[in-house]
Amino acid sequence: MASDSILLTAEELFCERDDRVLFENLNFSVKAGEILRVEGPNGAGKTTLLKIVCGLMPLRDGELFWKQQRLADVEQDFHRNLLFLGHKTGIKGDLTPLENLKHWSNARLYCTDRELMDALAKVGLEGYEYSACHSLSAGQQRRAALARLHLAGVPLWILDEAFTAIDKQGVAELEQWISAHALEGGAVILTTHHVFQSEAPVKRIVLGQ
Amino acid sequence: MLEDRKSPGISQTARSATAHIENPGVLASMLGIIRRDLLLAFRRRQDLANPLVFFVIVITLFPLGVSPEKSFLASAAAGVIWVAALLATLLSLDSLFRADYEDGALEQLLLIPQPLFLLVLGKVLAYWLVTGVPLILLSPLLAIMLHLDVQLLPVLLLSLLLGTPVLSLIGAIGAALTVGLRFGGVLLSLLILPLYIPVLIFGTGTVQAAANGMPVQGSMAMMGALLLFALVTTPFAAAAGLRISIAN
Repeated sequence: MASDSILLTAEELFCERDDRVLFENLNFSVKAGEILRVEGPNGAGKTTLLKIVCGLMPLRDGELFWKQQRLADVEQDFHRNLLFLGHKTGIKGDLTPLENLKHWSNARLYCTDRELMDALAKVGLEGYEYSACHSLSAGQQRRAALARLHLAGVPLWILDEAFTAIDKQGVAELEQWISAHALEGGAVILTTHHVFQSEAPVKRIVLGQ
Repeated sequence: MLEDRKSPGISQTARSATAHIENPGVLASMLGIIRRDLLLAFRRRQDLANPLVFFVIVITLFPLGVSPEKSFLASAAAGVIWVAALLATLLSLDSLFRADYEDGALEQLLLIPQPLFLLVLGKVLAYWLVTGVPLILLSPLLAIMLHLDVQLLPVLLLSLLLGTPVLSLIGAIGAALTVGLRFGGVLLSLLILPLYIPVLIFGTGTVQAAANGMPVQGSMAMMGALLLFALVTTPFAAAAGLRISIAN
């Protein structure tokens, strides 16, 4: 695996919200095998930055590149290689974890029911596959969303506060998955206020200074 | 780098991190969205009853409020049913993207590697199946209650069959544009009502023409043209509206 291959490059990003400059002249790149941690106090623009990178928010100024090509030109290819998990996970309370995962994956990849069940077992939802999500705890609902990490064969994970509502053991497991993903040639961009430990190299950018 | 699929733990991740990703086609994605929305609608079927009950109530109250005379009701029936169907659609329109917006499913929808307008079309189709089709199915009963000539029933049904999808499609633009607003309901009605008026005029006009013994092919063709036009244009506008709503 060419570990020095650059997946994502950001050049001279600029963003303002409500007449407040959140960041300007922001440059960074993410290589395969790397973890990029976005830091900063509340309201510093971490979520905004992640959404801009995903293409959910428009780019005011600057340029994003996916594998050296302008991101706007290869957006579908980029989305094929991206898994984004935001504050709001898109988990439907009226559906079970299995249905949620199935309908999320239906539009994206081919998965067998066995793979779906395995993914749910890995996030500790074994035995809850058929309970409606609204009856599960906040942490379990978050875990149901995290099960996507075990399905999607995508190189780039973008995780916004993925550790929210997850218990100690779950946090340790998630850290391990993130490290493993990076060590196997994937890349992760994440924000967290939690002390993050990883065996893979972690780059940092700090917003709001 | 491709490891055995069954090997556990890290090697599973290895497969995912490096394997070539095969995506389902755009039709499979659309069908997946339609099936998900139908399942969700089935789980929350009491929400669907609301516009339907409204539809029935308006039509049953009309003779009580205006006149129960047979000849008057027969001539007003098509118009009353059409207006009630339009208002019932408007009533449920806000729910088209609202829940998905609030729980984050809309963000995930935008990130599906398929053309967004086709995915939106899938959502609107599912929405029409659970809101428009029940209205059409109920309307013969209500039409007979209003003494509409039985021979005019097929014309009324066909006009609703062609017209209600147009209402859903046009409404999707308004719903997409206002989903990010906290109090978008009034704005949605103001945005959408002017665009509904041609559909209403042609819909009731078709039945009136048939009642007067005039040929209906012309206005039916017009309704069909409206439907085709809405099918090919509104998904783009609704998709653009969703992007704007998500970006704010």
